[in-house]
Amino acid sequence: MTAKPLAVLPVMARPPARSAAGDWGLWDAPKRIFTPRVLYGLLLAFGLCVLAGEAYAQFGGQPRLGVLATMQKWLPLILFGPPGEIGGFTLNILVSFLTMAIGTVTGVVLGVMQVSQGLIVRRIAWAVTQFFRNSPWLVLLFFAILLLPYRIQLPGGFVVPFPDWIKAVVGLALPIMGNISEVTRGAINSIPTGQWESSESLAFSRAQTFRLIILPQCLKRMLPPWMNWYAILTMATTLISIVGVSDSMTLTQQALAAEGGRGELLIPMYLLLLLLFFIYCYPIARWTQVLERRFAIIT
Amino acid sequence: MESLAEWLRSLYTDYGINLVQFYDEFERARLLRGMWITIKLSVVSIAASIVIGIIGAWLQTSNYRVLRSVTQGYIQFFRNTPPLVQMYFFYFALSPLLPRVATDYGTQQPLLSSFAWAAISLSFFAGAFNVEIFRSGIEAVPRTMTEAASALGYTQMQVYRYVVFPLALRIVIPALTNNVVNLLKTTTLAYAIAVPETLFMASQIWSDRVNVLEMMITLFVFYIGLVGLLVWAMDRWEKSLRIPGYGQ
Repeated sequence: MTAKPLAVLPVMARPPARSAAGDWGLWDAPKRIFTPRVLYGLLLAFGLCVLAGEAYAQFGGQPRLGVLATMQKWLPLILFGPPGEIGGFTLNILVSFLTMAIGTVTGVVLGVMQVSQGLIVRRIAWAVTQFFRNSPWLVLLFFAILLLPYRIQLPGGFVVPFPDWIKAVVGLALPIMGNISEVTRGAINSIPTGQWESSESLAFSRAQTFRLIILPQCLKRMLPPWMNWYAILTMATTLISIVGVSDSMTLTQQALAAEGGRGELLIPMYLLLLLLFFIYCYPIARWTQVLERRFAIIT
Repeated sequence: MESLAEWLRSLYTDYGINLVQFYDEFERARLLRGMWITIKLSVVSIAASIVIGIIGAWLQTSNYRVLRSVTQGYIQFFRNTPPLVQMYFFYFALSPLLPRVATDYGTQQPLLSSFAWAAISLSFFAGAFNVEIFRSGIEAVPRTMTEAASALGYTQMQVYRYVVFPLALRIVIPALTNNVVNLLKTTTLAYAIAVPETLFMASQIWSDRVNVLEMMITLFVFYIGLVGLLVWAMDRWEKSLRIPGYGQ
């Protein structure tokens, strides 16, 4: 005979509410994020611009590909890059994954160092965090691109090449590291001190308390801001076009140049790129909001 | 002053530390001009984005569904697309739609400069966040306040102006500080459309004088100093607005 626990731990979040509106299952998400209203809004905005472009093209007189057909022609390039290499929007996503991985690991370490018991470690971690949080992303990116070597000579005669896009990953990981460090510190500090005290009274060592009690509770609190930073990072990956990596931004501009300065293409093509990012980032933002609401602490 | 320049010059000849941007008249003028443009761009965009935020938050309380939907669409669009692409969109796609004007010496130039487009796009970008910030501030004002005010005979507009907004402003300042700091850092994107701001000028100097590391450090010091100044100013503002006994 086992009785169900009446309540979860007081510090934990509210149990998932299965209200009349229903809870979000994983597969409900697409339906709820791209509600008819959002979809119509997107289609309307996009359609208007394409129509305006088509109408404008008619005045040109010369027979040439319509706006929609031109966009269809370039879309594969913008999405996947030139055949045989990684580029375009795929590269943006790849860079965002790698950067987030590096930034998260280093950021969490730095964040834990910020609550270390050693005064010097704490001070240094704080200074590093503040430095990378408060510097402009583009300056950090230039810093990495211009000052990292293009290859590293290892002692055994090995040469590790450092192509531009890897350097860009490092450059973008720096601000992410600073911000994730701050997120980690905030999460650790938000755990009530009672948790530390009671685990000490249960004879856990500090490291054990940290690993077994504090961090698992932190993970849940860190997830929404972490996802928020991922969305911000994905949008920031377009910065790598400035330093000469052929991401979706660069390829869009090259496609426009290849079309020879057709004025009616400008708005639809840039809008297409904006929409690509919107379609990728908007669900993340919505999902973050849902998680934030679900993990909110009852006060 | 002269001896400082002398010392900086000796740093270069003796140790190879090239701080040419501080002692060379021409480079110093370039860098200072860039810094001035950055400050101007920040101030203009911060002011405009706050105005957009206040208007947007007000529109969100509107009785017309269309107005609310449009505001919501604006917020979601600008929050979930890259600011750099937004800037390109404004500068390369929208700018050609405007008429060109003749200059005094007979050539044509665009109606709005790249500085103006950078300011517009940055304001819309940060404004989208500000709308949300102000909305949350307005929602945080207790309902009893508005009820009490309307019981005292205030009209809806007066309630907003004399009760809700002053209280909401005090609630939102910390969030607003975060956003304007972010905006200040985002002004570096104007580099991409050739606005001669600090990063742009710095990149010209390091191309001419090959002192990338020294210029980078100068840039970091400048931007972190500027962020520090902004945070300090916002903090002062928050303290000066504080109502004794309310909150905290």
